[in-house]
Amino acid sequence: MTVNKPSSGPKRALDKKRAALLAGCAATVLLTVTACGGGTAGTTTKDGFAQAPQKDGALTVWVDATRMDAAKLYQKLHPEVKLDIVSYDGDANGSNYLQTKVQLFNRTGKGWPDVVFSSQNNEASWAVDAGFAAPLNKGLVDEGTLGKFAKGANDVCTVDGTLYCLRNDLSQAVLWYNAPLLKKFGYTVPTTWEEYQQLGEKVAKEHPGYLVGDAGDSFTPEIYLWASKCGANHITGPKSVSVNTTSEACTKMATLLDVLIKNKSMSISGVFSTDFGKNEADKVLLMPGPAWYGGAVFRDTLKVPAKQIAAAPIPQWQGDSSPSTGNVGGGTWLLSQHSTHVKAATDFLKWVTTDNAYQGEKAPGFPAYAPAAEAWLKGQATAGYFASDLSALSAAASQVWPEWGSGQFSQEAIWAATVKPGLTQGKSIVSMLPAWQDSITKYAKSNGYKVSQ
Amino acid sequence: MTATHSSAGSATRRPRGTSRQSRAGVAFVAAYVLLLIAFGILPTGYAVYFAFTDAGGTFTGFSNFVTTAQDFRFMDAVGHVALYLLFWLVSLVVFVVSLALLLHRLASGTISKSLRFLFYIPGALAGAASVLVWLFMLDPTVSPVSSLLGMLGFHTFGEVIAPGNLPLLFTIIAFWTGAGGWIVVIYGALNNIPQDVMEAARIDGASAWQTAWRVQIPMLRKWIVYMVILAFAGGAQLFVEPQLLSLASVGVAGRDYSLNQLTYDFAFQMNNINGAAAVSVELLVVSVSAAAVFVARSGFFDAD
Repeated sequence: MTVNKPSSGPKRALDKKRAALLAGCAATVLLTVTACGGGTAGTTTKDGFAQAPQKDGALTVWVDATRMDAAKLYQKLHPEVKLDIVSYDGDANGSNYLQTKVQLFNRTGKGWPDVVFSSQNNEASWAVDAGFAAPLNKGLVDEGTLGKFAKGANDVCTVDGTLYCLRNDLSQAVLWYNAPLLKKFGYTVPTTWEEYQQLGEKVAKEHPGYLVGDAGDSFTPEIYLWASKCGANHITGPKSVSVNTTSEACTKMATLLDVLIKNKSMSISGVFSTDFGKNEADKVLLMPGPAWYGGAVFRDTLKVPAKQIAAAPIPQWQGDSSPSTGNVGGGTWLLSQHSTHVKAATDFLKWVTTDNAYQGEKAPGFPAYAPAAEAWLKGQATAGYFASDLSALSAAASQVWPEWGSGQFSQEAIWAATVKPGLTQGKSIVSMLPAWQDSITKYAKSNGYKVSQ
Repeated sequence: MTATHSSAGSATRRPRGTSRQSRAGVAFVAAYVLLLIAFGILPTGYAVYFAFTDAGGTFTGFSNFVTTAQDFRFMDAVGHVALYLLFWLVSLVVFVVSLALLLHRLASGTISKSLRFLFYIPGALAGAASVLVWLFMLDPTVSPVSSLLGMLGFHTFGEVIAPGNLPLLFTIIAFWTGAGGWIVVIYGALNNIPQDVMEAARIDGASAWQTAWRVQIPMLRKWIVYMVILAFAGGAQLFVEPQLLSLASVGVAGRDYSLNQLTYDFAFQMNNINGAAAVSVELLVVSVSAAAVFVARSGFFDAD
C-alpha cells in the first residue's frame, strides 16, 4: 500500500491526461463526422436551388463502364474542360452504390460528384429527399431542349412537377424475333397477345425446345405485366403508390405466361443466366424485351449472327384501342446540388444527353432525346446488324404506359424474391399474384409510402 | 570464480533486460489498445449513440429498436440467422472435433501434415472470394460437380438456391471457408494433452472411442468453447454469403435475408442510419451475452 503511494499522484495525473486525450479524440471524431455537414455559408439561390460558391477546378463525373466512352469523347471534343472521370458500377442490379455514397458525403460534407450517370430509373425518388439532385427545369436546362425528349421519357425524373434528372436512353419493350427462323417455320409475327399465345402453343407442339419468350428475369413484370396495363406499381405521388396485382389486366397476362411456361415455349431461366446462354441461346424464335435487348442480349450475350434479329411492335390485347408497352430501365443523368462548377456541369449534362456525337452515333441504347434517336436509328440501319429497320422502337417510345412508376423500393427485387422462387418450384404466376401484391405493399410501407389499391 | 562472476554479471543485467522487455511489451500492447479504441470502442460507442438518437441527434429512447423490430422483415431475418447459426455451430463442433481427432490418430505424420495443409487452404481464400468459388460450384451449368448436383435433382442455379436450401448452403460455404483453421487449432490443442494421460488411458484399456469421449474431448472443452464463441459472433453477422448470392441470383436469395443485410438496407436504402445502429447494437448484445453464458458455463477463464 505504502509502496504504491508515492507513484499514485503522478499516475492519477497521467490517467487524467489520458482520459482528457481520449475524450479529445472522441470529440474530434464526433465533430468531424457530424458537424461538417452544415456550412451553407456563401450559397446563392439561383436556378431554383441554393448553389455553393462557384469555383474553377476539375469537373467530377461518375460513369459506368459503358458510359466511359461518353465522358472520354466529351473530353476529346472539349480539351479546355478539366474533367475528372470516375468509373463506378452505375448502380447496376440495384447496387445502391450512388445512394450509399451520397449519404456518406452528406455526412462528411464533401465528395459529391458534379454529374453522375445511373443505370437505374428510380434515383430521383431518393436523390431529391437526400438533397443531392439539382432541379433542372428551373433555369439550368431550357424548355426547348427538354421539349425534344420523347414523350414521357423524363417522367421518372419528375418529382412534384420539378425535373431532377435527364433520361439517357429509353427502354420501351418491343417484340424481338429471329426473322429467318420464323420464315423457315412458316410463322408470322403476332400482333395481339392472343395470337402470341396461340403461336407459343403451336411452337411447343411443332418445334419443342424453341422459345417465344423468357419469364425468368427480375424485370419480367416490366416486360409483360406493365405492357398489359397491370396496376402493380402506380406511383401516385412523391410518397404514395397504388398497388393492384389481381385486376383482369394482371390475371390475363399472368395466365398467358403460365400457359407458355407450362408448355415450355417460354423459358424461366433469365436471359443473362448461364443456363440460358448454354442451352437456349440458339432457340430464341421470339422474345418480347426492351430496346437494349438488341445489342446487349442478342448481339453481345447470345452472339446471334447479323441479319437475323428484327423488331416488331409489342403485341396488344384484342380490342384495346391504346397501344401500351413496358419499360425496362434506361439510364439517367443527375447533376449535384453541391456542385461548385454548375455551368460546366450543365454543359456536360446537356451534351451527354442530347449531342449526336455521343447519343446519335456512339450510344448503345435508344436515346431518350428524340432528334438523337433519329440519328441513332439511321446509324443502326447503316451498321447492318438487324434484319429489319428498328422503327418499332420509335413507335414504342411514346407508348410506355404511364401508370407504372419508379418508386424508391425496387420492383425487380420484390419480384425476384417473391415470385421467382415459386416459379422455379413449378407454382403458377396467377397463384402468386396476391403474394406479390402483399410483398409490394409491405416494401412500399416500409419505405414510407402510403399504399392504396 | 568464473561461474560466480558470470552469474553476478547476469544478475546485474537481468533487471535491465526485463525492464526493456516489459517496455517492449507495453509498446506492443499500447499499439493494440490504441487501435482497439480507434476502430473498436469508439465506433461501438458511436453506434450506441446513434441507436438511441434520431437523425437530428435528439435522444429517442428505444424508439429505433421498436421501429426496426416492427419492420416486416425483422423477424424473418432473425429466424434465418437463428437457423443458420444452429446448422453452422452444430456442424462446426461435430465435424471439426471429429476431423481433428481422426487426424491426431493417423499414424503417419506425412498424411496428417498434408491433410492439415489441405484443410487449411480454403481458409486462406478471403471471404468474398470463397463465396465466388461456391457460386461456380453451385451452378449446374458450369460446376465441376454438375453431375452430382444433377443426381440430387438440381439442374439450374435457380433450383439450387431455392430459399429452403439457403441455411444449408451458407453452412457449407462457411464450413468450407472457416473450419480448416479450427481443425488446425484443435489439432494443436490435442497435441498439448500430456502423453502420460493418454498413456494411462491406453494402459487402462480404453478404446479409441473411450479415449476420445472421456479424455480428449473433456480436455478440449475450453478450445471448443472458444471456437463456438467466435463462430457464434461471426455467424450472427452473416452478410457476405447472402449478399453475393443475392447479386448472383439477381435478387432471388433476397437482399434482406440476414440481420446484417437488413442493417445495410436500413442505413443505405432507407436512409435510416439510426435504425441500422439499433439492429447492430442488438447483434452486439446478443453475441456478448451468448459469449458470457458460454464463458460462465465452461469455466473458460479458470486457471488450469
